[in-house]
Formats: sequence, structure tokens, C-alpha cells
Amino acid sequence: MKSRTRNYLAASASAATAASILAASSAQSAELTLCWAAWDPANALVELSKDFEAQSGHKMSFEFVPWPNFADRMLNELNSAGQLCDLMIGDSQWIGGSAESGHYVKLNDFFAAQGIDMADFIPATVTGYAEWPKGTPNYWALPAFGDVVGWTYRKDWFSRPDLQAEFQAKHGRALDAPKTLEELKQVAEFFQGREIDGKTVYGASIYTERGSEGITMGVTNALYNYGFQYGNPANPYELEGFVNSADAVAGLEFYKSLYDCCTPPGSSDWYMSENIDAYKSGQVAMQMNFAFIWPGVHADPNVGGDRSGYFPNPAGPNGHFAQLGGQGISVVSYSDNQEAALEYIKWFAQPAVQQRWWEMGGYSALRAVVEDPSFATSQPYAQTFLDSMAIVKDFWAEPAYASLLLAMQDRVHNYVVAGNGTAKEALDGLVQDWIEVFKDEGKL
Amino acid sequence: MPETVIERAAAATPAQIARPLRSLSDRALAWIFIAPTIFLLLAVNIFPLIWTIRLSFTNFRANRPNAEVQFVGLENYRRILTDPDVWATMQVTAHFLIATLVLQVVIGFALAWLINQKFRGNDLWTTIIVLPMMLSPAVVGNFWTFLYQPQIGLFNAAVSFFTGGDPAGFSMIGEVALAPWAIVIVDTWMWTPFVMLICLAGLRSIPQSIYEAAECDRASKWRQFVTITLPMVLPFLMLAVLFRGIENFKMFDLVVQLTGGGPGSTTELTSITLKREAFEKWRTGYASAYAIILFVAVFGISSIYVKALNKVKAR
Repeated sequence: MKSRTRNYLAASASAATAASILAASSAQSAELTLCWAAWDPANALVELSKDFEAQSGHKMSFEFVPWPNFADRMLNELNSAGQLCDLMIGDSQWIGGSAESGHYVKLNDFFAAQGIDMADFIPATVTGYAEWPKGTPNYWALPAFGDVVGWTYRKDWFSRPDLQAEFQAKHGRALDAPKTLEELKQVAEFFQGREIDGKTVYGASIYTERGSEGITMGVTNALYNYGFQYGNPANPYELEGFVNSADAVAGLEFYKSLYDCCTPPGSSDWYMSENIDAYKSGQVAMQMNFAFIWPGVHADPNVGGDRSGYFPNPAGPNGHFAQLGGQGISVVSYSDNQEAALEYIKWFAQPAVQQRWWEMGGYSALRAVVEDPSFATSQPYAQTFLDSMAIVKDFWAEPAYASLLLAMQDRVHNYVVAGNGTAKEALDGLVQDWIEVFKDEGKL
Repeated sequence: MPETVIERAAAATPAQIARPLRSLSDRALAWIFIAPTIFLLLAVNIFPLIWTIRLSFTNFRANRPNAEVQFVGLENYRRILTDPDVWATMQVTAHFLIATLVLQVVIGFALAWLINQKFRGNDLWTTIIVLPMMLSPAVVGNFWTFLYQPQIGLFNAAVSFFTGGDPAGFSMIGEVALAPWAIVIVDTWMWTPFVMLICLAGLRSIPQSIYEAAECDRASKWRQFVTITLPMVLPFLMLAVLFRGIENFKMFDLVVQLTGGGPGSTTELTSITLKREAFEKWRTGYASAYAIILFVAVFGISSIYVKALNKVKAR
């Protein structure tokens, strides 16, 4: 009882402090720097933030780094206790390390004081972007940008009567957005090397990039659905038999077979931007990519509008999941402008701002926005976004996530792209690598 | 009236400064002058080296400044030297070094020999040939990525033109067998001019009178080449190999731009592994041990090589 009273008093004091800070700070203007990746949503956020500048009197500046260098650049900044960023929209996997190393400000008291309730956000985004340890109500970020791997396809090609008839005759079903991974491969094989409008086209562009996180963000969409698990659900760091189960091996073999049969030549190191280029230039019938690209695809003069369709990652024999992307927005603990940064988060969490965020091309994670009856029909890809967000799964968010990620990048690329060894050997090797990392971390 | 610069400087020095200076020995003065340089060298080179050696015996991680740092003895060294992946990376680096050095020396010397012949447009050709080495490796890596594109790349189109094959039928940077050669080709294209320039300096340093004497003795052109040109250019060639060897041992930017170390680990050089360990996995202690091992290897090989070079020069 005593302890509860003490906690209550502490929480009240923190809330009062946070409220007074906000009240006091609104009188002073600060120059805030927000750090994020350099991509389309970041440009939308610049526009959106003009409202904040007008309302608060604070000046916003932005530091955007291209995706392949984003983690390197920003984690260096955080690890060196740099003061470049006041606000960080960091990748979901950074949350563990950033929380444990003290890079991010814990936001529980602030949320409580401002009436920001995590139950108002899509649960997967709260777990993925804000919580550490996972599954506990310890919040280090506000879900800022919901994202998930999904697929884009050339609806105009799929609807051609001659191709429809040929596909129907071959596979006994209509040429349509695939529902399963096997169907996806059939469709990709169907288009591979085909002449369309006098040009050779290919089945699908998938993630194969080696240097940062690309191939891992791609292959997990097959692995999860074949039965891969990060560990024993009852014993989190027990990897043997889960990471390298027979089902996981089959999933990895599937991804390699998809790479071998149905991707454009030279796509051995492709990630988001290369897949977009291949799709927009009419090289591929389908592309795997994060949902953030969909507004850009829809607006594209060559492949946009009715010419493109969207579908969630297809189901596999043992499940239906999609790789979670997206980020939360955090206050950097080394910032001298924490009060103003918290003010920005308070402003950003407002339903009206989140609604505008969605309209400008940002994927809001606020349930009031995505659960609005008009949401699903507001954009051609909105329903696919909702369906995809309902099946997300994320990579490790451990403090040692980078070591875990790089090990997976190496093992998977070595098998899928370079063709070295077998899928079983690749996953057995991955288990050994991850065990070594967890031993180093003192978790095994 | 002081006449020389030194005398004028001495006259202009205030007495209270001049008096203690006059009492300094030449050796003390010399130390005063070189002290800033020595301090800089200690701060920038020696201290980091000692610090790296110290870190290599610990489990320190730069991204966990608050974590307890434990002394692990030779564990990092043991792990590196018994890791087959590390040896595979060393092997890749060795292959890359040998292939690039052989090609650059052979082509560089041949180009230097041709340029050394007097012909019209000699200077223009020299300028054109040295252009690639003036470009930034990052730029070179980027545009060769486009040249190697199977569908739109000029390289594939050129190969296809001569062989009649499908240009999209092979991927220079995406296939295990071709990717190492893709890097060797670009590095050779970029740095052969450097070897050529050094060889050209060697060729032009040979006195014409030696060839005239050989002509009088009726020595054939081949004999002149083998007994005069080659031995006299050899020290220059060895110097070029030393420079290029050291540069290519730490090759990073070009490979990252072209293949990122892939496909698989086919083109992962030691420098890429080291960077990933140090700044992506943040295993600072382990990466320090790796750096020390590489340093010892390069230092040892270079020392042996420099001794050989001095012997050749002394002949």
C-alpha cells in the first residue's frame, strides 16, 4: 500500500513537472532538429510540421539520411551522445539498445500527464515501435509511422484478356493477386522473361540487399509463413529447432527458388529504391516493398492509378505474417530542447494531426484514424495496409540487434544469392551465430 | 647594420626573450622546433595505437559506454585466428591483391613503354590515360555499377557485341564467379595509370648513352630490354607494387559501392569485415584485435618488401 502511494505520488510529481515544463516552454521558442531517414514520408513530415511551427513558435529543422546509411549514421550519433537530434524517428529494432543505453527519454510519465494512451494506437505498432522490454508498459517512443512489407502488382498486365486466358489454361484459376506464396511464385514464373509491349519483363523484384538489412526484411516474409520462429515461445533464447526447423528450412528454400526463377538479372543487391525503380520502369510484374511506397506508386504517371494494385504478403503453409517496418518518434536524452521536443510529440499525437498525416502520405498508427469507416476506401491501398498491419511480425529488437541482423544478412545472402551450401546449413550457422551473440550479451 | 635575414631576426628579438634563447644548446633548440610535430604524432598515431592494443584485450563495446569492461586476455585474438570466416576473408583479400597487382604492373609497364616512345599526340594520350585515377572511388564505383547492369549496362552490351551472347545473360556484380573480377577490372582501370606514371619516370631516368653503347655492341632490342630496361626500371616497379599493395590491402570504398562485399561473402575484403565489426556490430574490443592483427601482417610484409627493394636499388 505504502509502495503504491509512493508510486502514485512519484507519478503525480512527474506529471506535474512535465505539464509545467510544457507550459513554461511554450513561452520560449526553440530550434528543434528531427532526425529520420531520407524518403518520401520524411518530405510529408516537413510539410506537416509547418503547422507545428506556426502553432508553437518553435523552428523545425530536419536531418534526413538515406536508408542504407541511416542506421550507421544515427546510431553513431546516439552512441556518441551527440546533440544533433532532439527528436529521433528511429527504426523499430533500435528500441532495446536505445532504451538500455539511455539514448531515449522514457515517456510514460509524459504520456500520463498529457493523456496520451497507448491503447489508442494499433497494438502491433505499440509493441514494435514503443515498448522495451517487449510486452511491458515501458514506452520510449510514440508510434509515428506504421509500415509493413506488402506487394504491388501491375493490374493492367494482370487484366489483359490474352494473359488471363493463358494463365487460366495453365493453372486453372484466374490471373489475380496471389493469396499464397506458392501462387505468388506461379504468377512470377508466368511473367518471367515474357514480352510485354515489346519489352522483356520479369516476375518480381524482391529484397536481396546485403549491406544493411534488405535481404532479412525480405526473407522473413517467407520464413514466418513457413513456420520459422525466433525461439521457443516458452523459453525466448532457445533457438535450436525453431530458427532452423524443417519448416524454416523450407521457407528459406522457397525464397531462394523465388530469387532463382523469377527476379530480374542483376538484382543481387536490391532493396527499397532498386525495387521501386524496377517496378516504375516496367521491368517487373510485382514488387515486394514496404507500404510507404504505395502513395508514390499510386501517383506515378507510368504505373500509377488503376494500373497498379496492392496485396498483403501472401500466406504460407504454416501461417500468415508480414515483416513489420515503421518507426516510433523518441526524444533524445542528450538534447537540450527536451521540453520543446515533448511539445512536438504532444502535438503529433493529436487525432486531427494524425488524420492530416495520413492524408499527406504518412501512415498513421492511431486507431481513430485507421478504424474510421471511411479509412479503408480513402486510398486504393488503404485496405491492404490495414490487412497487412493485422499480420505483422518483427525482427529482434534486442540491444544486440545489429549483430543478430548482420549474422542473418550474411547467412541468408550467402545461401540465397551466392548459392553457397544448403538452406539447412545456412540456418544451422545462423543458430550458432545468434547463440554466440546471446552468450556475449550474457543472456545464455 | 645586420645584413642577413638571420642577423635581422636576431636584432629584432626583444632582449628579454633573446637572453634565455642564447643560453639554449643547439640540441635543446632542435627539440623545441620538433616538439609540436612529435606531440601531434603521439596524439594522432601512437596514442590511438596503444589504446587499440589495450582495447583488444577487453570486451569493450563503444555503443555501451556504461557497461562494465572486462579483461578477456587473448580471447579476441583466439576467436579471430580460429574463425574460418576470417580466413576466408583474408583469402579473398589475397586473391584481390595478387590479381590487381599483376594486371596493373603488366599493363602499366606496357603503357609506360608505349608512351615513352616518341609519337604524335604523346602528351594528349598520357593525359587521357591518367584521367581515371583522378576520379573519386565512390563516383567510379557508382558509374561502374551502371556499366555492369545486365539490361542497360555498356559493359554487358560490349561483351554481348563481341560474343553474340545475351547481355542480360550474366551479371558481373551478381554472380559468384564474376563479382571478384568485376572489382579487379574497375581497380585496374582506375589505378593502372598510377603504375604507368611511376614506370614512365623509371624509363625516362635511364640514360640514352647506355642504349647507344648497347647498339654499338649490336645488342638486339629484346636483349636491351632484358638487360638494361627491365633491371633499371625494377626499383620503380617494386615501389609501385608497394604503394598499390598497401592501398589495395585497405580497399573499401570501391568494393562497397560495387558489390557491398557480396554476393554472399565473395568480395568481402578484410577492411569491410573490420568496419562491420567495429561500427555496425560495435564489438570494439574484437575489432581492435582484428585491426592489430592486420597491422602486424601489413607491417611485417612491408618491412620484408622494403628490405628487398633496398637490395635491388643497391645492385
